[in-house]
Amino acid sequence: MDDSTLVCPLPVNRHPLVTIAHGGGGRLMHQLIEQIFIPAFNNDHLTARHDGATLELGATRLAMTTDSYVVQPLFFPGGDIGSLAVNGTINDLAMCGAQPRWLSAAFIIEEGLPMEILGRVVQSMRSAALAAGVALVTGDTKVVERGKGDGIFINTTGIGLVDHALDIRPTSIRSGDAILLSGDLGRHAIAIMSAREGLSFESTVESDCAPLADTVRALLAAGIEIHCLRDLTRGGLASALVEIAEASRSSLTITESAISVSAQIRGACEILGLDPLCLANEGRFIAFIPRLQATQALDILKIASGGAMAAIIGQVGDPSPSPPVLLTTPLGTTRVIEMLSGEQLPRIC
Amino acid sequence: MRYLDEYREPAAIAACIRAIRDSVTREWRLMEICGGQTHSIVRYGLDRLLPETISLLHGPGCPVCVTPVEAIDLAIAISLRPGAILCSFGDMLRVPGSSIDLFMARAAGGDVRVVYSPLDCLQIARDNPAREVVFFAVGFETTAPANALAVAQAEQAGISNFSLLVSQVLVPPAIEAILSSPHNRVQGFLAAGHVCTIMGCDQYYPLASRHRVPIVVTGFEPLDILQGVLMCVRQLESGRAEVENQYTRTVRAEGNRPARELISRVFRVVDRHWRGIGVIPDSGLALADNYRQFDAETRFTLTVTPASEPTDCIAGLVMQGARRPHECPAFGTTCTPESPRGAPMVSTEGACAAYYQYRR
Repeated sequence: MDDSTLVCPLPVNRHPLVTIAHGGGGRLMHQLIEQIFIPAFNNDHLTARHDGATLELGATRLAMTTDSYVVQPLFFPGGDIGSLAVNGTINDLAMCGAQPRWLSAAFIIEEGLPMEILGRVVQSMRSAALAAGVALVTGDTKVVERGKGDGIFINTTGIGLVDHALDIRPTSIRSGDAILLSGDLGRHAIAIMSAREGLSFESTVESDCAPLADTVRALLAAGIEIHCLRDLTRGGLASALVEIAEASRSSLTITESAISVSAQIRGACEILGLDPLCLANEGRFIAFIPRLQATQALDILKIASGGAMAAIIGQVGDPSPSPPVLLTTPLGTTRVIEMLSGEQLPRIC
Repeated sequence: MRYLDEYREPAAIAACIRAIRDSVTREWRLMEICGGQTHSIVRYGLDRLLPETISLLHGPGCPVCVTPVEAIDLAIAISLRPGAILCSFGDMLRVPGSSIDLFMARAAGGDVRVVYSPLDCLQIARDNPAREVVFFAVGFETTAPANALAVAQAEQAGISNFSLLVSQVLVPPAIEAILSSPHNRVQGFLAAGHVCTIMGCDQYYPLASRHRVPIVVTGFEPLDILQGVLMCVRQLESGRAEVENQYTRTVRAEGNRPARELISRVFRVVDRHWRGIGVIPDSGLALADNYRQFDAETRFTLTVTPASEPTDCIAGLVMQGARRPHECPAFGTTCTPESPRGAPMVSTEGACAAYYQYRR
């Protein structure tokens, strides 16, 4: 049979089944979004391909986003599923430049989860919400049979107020914009991996899990004309840059030596064969800022919590139909930054 | 970071490049054996710093790449058996067999687990006494000692529900095959430092003298690789064909004796099929007769169905240094890391994947 005559109703590539790699924040997840979700739900908000949607209700602009949290272990150095579920969604609102106000929380709990654990998770959510000034205003609870969940899954949806006139999204970036990185990379991914796999290092690596809204508010308050923001969660800096380059059709150039990765994280990456640029973070973002305001913005990032190693890491180049993200190595050579296929996998040798 | 930054230091690297420029008078084609070296070369753009007269050809030393389709099909078949647990290093999960990969086997209900060491499988076997635990033992001489150790410890501890699915390969027979090919273009080799850390340098002397080819045992950091190139070029320019050791901070001439002894006790040398290349005589390891009870292939009475590799894939030529990845018509079009046609596009250490990742 000639394969070319076959037409599949859903373009599933070579995957008849969803694999773990489809959730890894890389190319395969993008294929899922581009080939299945966007065609089904197509509208202007979705096609902006941003972390959240900005909605207009008369004179009021609101940002809305949602995220589900399935992390294992539930408690890890520097955070837990509860603080992550609050901060992660707040951060997606922050990436729209919004002031986070309200959250919903939906719990899918596996039969047999100790009540004490549920209590600790909920207390952690309460603390994170208080610290960020958001209210948990509605929720849902489901319990599934033992074996049909992984302890607890949490979904949170967030709504925030957009009280500025900027259009913060990938298509707003301009040739010449500076690319700022808000801190060092890789802490969340390595903290989770070491807790999950029992890997130990000289001292404990803590997740960078933190709310980013105050930092973004500080940039806005200082009059920084933010063009685009993106937090560096699954897929890390590499995926964020490639997504923005593709959505804005602009080439991006970054300098490897400007990107901060702690010696501990670098060591873990060397041992496990991982690329720090592809590691997940939960308290780091990149900002696209007009070149003339870059130093002023950097000063604000540096005084924010976790921002000591913030840096200007690159700039936006010319528009291009297939824009590359280029990295200049310390040796002066350049290489392309590409999104991973799925999750990073520890290498054989 | 100590022991890494020194070998990535721009000034030292610039000095090494100058020394290479000063040494070279004509064109030379060198092959780095190991996928880890290829990855470093492409990641740092080292080939672009070299004089144009030196070409680096990328060798077959990516264990994920050369593991035959049949072995992956066997691993998938084991993972889908009720009660079996198939353990593997992470990067084998994405490698396509004849129809699916281990990720898809897991999605279809197979119990596939990523481990960081074969020794982790012994604990899994203890924790699941009613189930068969199989480790997919893939790799060159570097992974063989830990795999052998897992078998030796299983025997000692009386763990009977653990076995290995072995697809181990050896470097020197592959070098022999490349040098014996009528299409060979390689004039000097950067041998794989970590393989020699285990095995030492003995096996390379006959290759160097028989084929009149310099072999420099080389490390993996940018400065290691450039020093290896410099040593190789100096040999070629002065008409020498010797075995030299660049990676002296790790490699001793005799290798790691306890590891070698363990390998020769637990394994025996066999012919092995290399994906994209074909059968190379005496190029693999299988479990020795005394350890046959730990061989998953006999334990599960599995039959190997011969699988065909895509005909438009020039992986074999790429891995023998005869072609470069981007010279393949399928490169980046029908062949990408999401849907690889051939093995070198699968692993991050494969030459095609390295070019796709860093150079399109």
